[in-house]
Amino acid sequence: MKKTYKIEVDCANCANLMEEAAGKVPGVAKAGVNFMTQKMSVEFEEGADPKRVMQDVLKACRKVEPDCEIEL
Amino acid sequence: MTKKQKKMLIRILISAGILILLNVISLPAPVSAVGYLLAYLTVGYDILRKAWKGILNRRPFDECFLMAVATLGAIGLAVWEKSGDYNEAVAVMLFYQIGELFQSYAVGKSRRSITELMDIRPDCANVETDGKLEQVDPDEVEIGTVIVVQPGEKVPIDGVVLEGSSSLNTAALTGESLPRDCGPGDEIMSGCINLTGVLKIRTVREFGESTVSKILELVENASSLKSRSEEFISRFARVYTPAVVYSALALALLPPLIRCLFLHLPGEWSVWLYRALTFLVISCPCALVISIPLSFFAGIGGSSREGILIKGSNYLEALSRVRTVVFDKTGTLTQGVFEVSGVHHSTMEEEKLLEYAAHVECASSHPISKSLQRAYRQEPDRGRVTDIREYGGEGITGTVDGHEVAAGNGKLMKRLGLHAPDCRSTGTIVHVAVDGAYAGHIVISDLKKENAGEAIRALKAAGVSRTVMLTGDSRKVAEAVAAELGIDEYRAELLPGDKVTEVERLLAEKQSKKECLAFVGDGINDAPVLTRADLGIAMGALGSDAAIEAADVVLMDDDPMKIAKGIRISRKCIRIVYENIVFALAVKLGCLILGALGIANMWAAIFADVGVMVIAVLNAIRALRVHRL
Repeated sequence: MKKTYKIEVDCANCANLMEEAAGKVPGVAKAGVNFMTQKMSVEFEEGADPKRVMQDVLKACRKVEPDCEIEL
Repeated sequence: MTKKQKKMLIRILISAGILILLNVISLPAPVSAVGYLLAYLTVGYDILRKAWKGILNRRPFDECFLMAVATLGAIGLAVWEKSGDYNEAVAVMLFYQIGELFQSYAVGKSRRSITELMDIRPDCANVETDGKLEQVDPDEVEIGTVIVVQPGEKVPIDGVVLEGSSSLNTAALTGESLPRDCGPGDEIMSGCINLTGVLKIRTVREFGESTVSKILELVENASSLKSRSEEFISRFARVYTPAVVYSALALALLPPLIRCLFLHLPGEWSVWLYRALTFLVISCPCALVISIPLSFFAGIGGSSREGILIKGSNYLEALSRVRTVVFDKTGTLTQGVFEVSGVHHSTMEEEKLLEYAAHVECASSHPISKSLQRAYRQEPDRGRVTDIREYGGEGITGTVDGHEVAAGNGKLMKRLGLHAPDCRSTGTIVHVAVDGAYAGHIVISDLKKENAGEAIRALKAAGVSRTVMLTGDSRKVAEAVAAELGIDEYRAELLPGDKVTEVERLLAEKQSKKECLAFVGDGINDAPVLTRADLGIAMGALGSDAAIEAADVVLMDDDPMKIAKGIRISRKCIRIVYENIVFALAVKLGCLILGALGIANMWAAIFADVGVMVIAVLNAIRALRVHRL
């Protein structure tokens, strides 16, 4: 399952870091952050609950970039 | 400017104001120290907060942390040396914030201007219910609904015109500025602007499946497919910051230690600490990380404005390296419309011969038959034709007005025991026999596009070294077309399956891995070839979902000049990317070396960080301007 979320992030390097951090969250098969369109696309692993996983993703992203925002 | 940016601007102005005042008015040292601290905190408090959070999250290479260390370090040094000169520390923070502000402003601005270019999303659809017009969200309109498009409005959903005629501006979709006329029965695409008359349209697709949605989705997703330069930069960024930080650490500790322990010289700790802090200021890779995707985004946005949709940054990169272009003849170089181009050796009036041929072929839907019927210019009267018999791969016989008529190729004539003369013209030849006697032949050819030859020349000028044409047509036709258009090679008499094999053979002949082979097709029946080539270019693909799916680059209309234009756009974009990479790396590396030697101070470092980023972003935005290429 693949979902796209609107995000808010100010710097391009932070977007790269967010992508890396989100990809490591359990339940996420693949994560991509598009800085230019301010969108994050997340491919979930089979059987994962997107809502719960996204909470963890947000937490992980906040760790690398405290100012970032993900519209869940 | 957003609220966040405005707030930042005010903070920067206040801080800069205090800094200038402190340098103009001379105050007692303790007072000015407080002033400097005020200026520093005004502009940098959020950086300090973020840096603290970074420490808590165990992220030592966070750029805020590095900026905090560099500036606090500089303040510390000033206190230690009792110089009372805090200008540098405050200025570094100030310029860093100015850079960040500029970056977020420039990126936001270019993002908006690109989205504006692509502003083809319709806001509403006018649905007619009980004679009244109601504005609804296009998303809610079901297939088969009748909608009304007023002059000046965008067509919201693909549909067929029921009533009214008008001309449509398709510029946003195709880059073509000439309006297109439409009338009842015509299928029109969403995203066009209705110019003159009111149109009533029955929708044939849902909004999500309509052309306009497909295009927007495609362009928005395009920058997610990363190019090799982008991947290089993100890998580089991951290594760069830690490397610079560790070398800063080494610079702060090793030289003084060596001086103290081995050379028995004074350690000059503060000098080396200052140089190390200079390093930290240069450690942010932002100029690179921002300008590369921005260039690609701008390039893709600019080219889509020209009617060239590139489905990813990686394809843009591949497009710039195209050296071989393979064409599928029909529909790309030729119009894919057959027309009668001559009637030869006719024993009767040419009109009469066409009339017989058109009638005997009236039941067939073959493109050749259609072209005969078009050339006859009247609707054939089916009642005049009897005894129609079709010989597969040869032709058709029948009785028209009591005359036995046969129309077909040489094989059919042989079957009837007639001699058919060879024709010198290129094209498909339809021989006609009436009442058992040879009556002449009709030459049918696929019309070349007017600018096909010019397009091939433009490709050559753009650096394409080899052009190949694939066709199912006869060798003679292929040779003539290739010679006329200036195409290097041709492969004729190919079955649809042969095209893949042929492209594979051409792929194997490539000189180096860096070269790319592009296949240009009209998107009909050539999806396998489009996928097999390094770069699949589908032409005139509007409305053909299969082609949009299979191709990497989609040309919205069927103008072959667009191929060369696409290549030129991609070249410009890639050149900008390389310029930025080389420029940013050179300046940063130069400043690092000069900083280590003590020649470059923190002011130079700030230029290497912020100045380079500003210049790189401005350069990246150039990729948007491709109209005149």
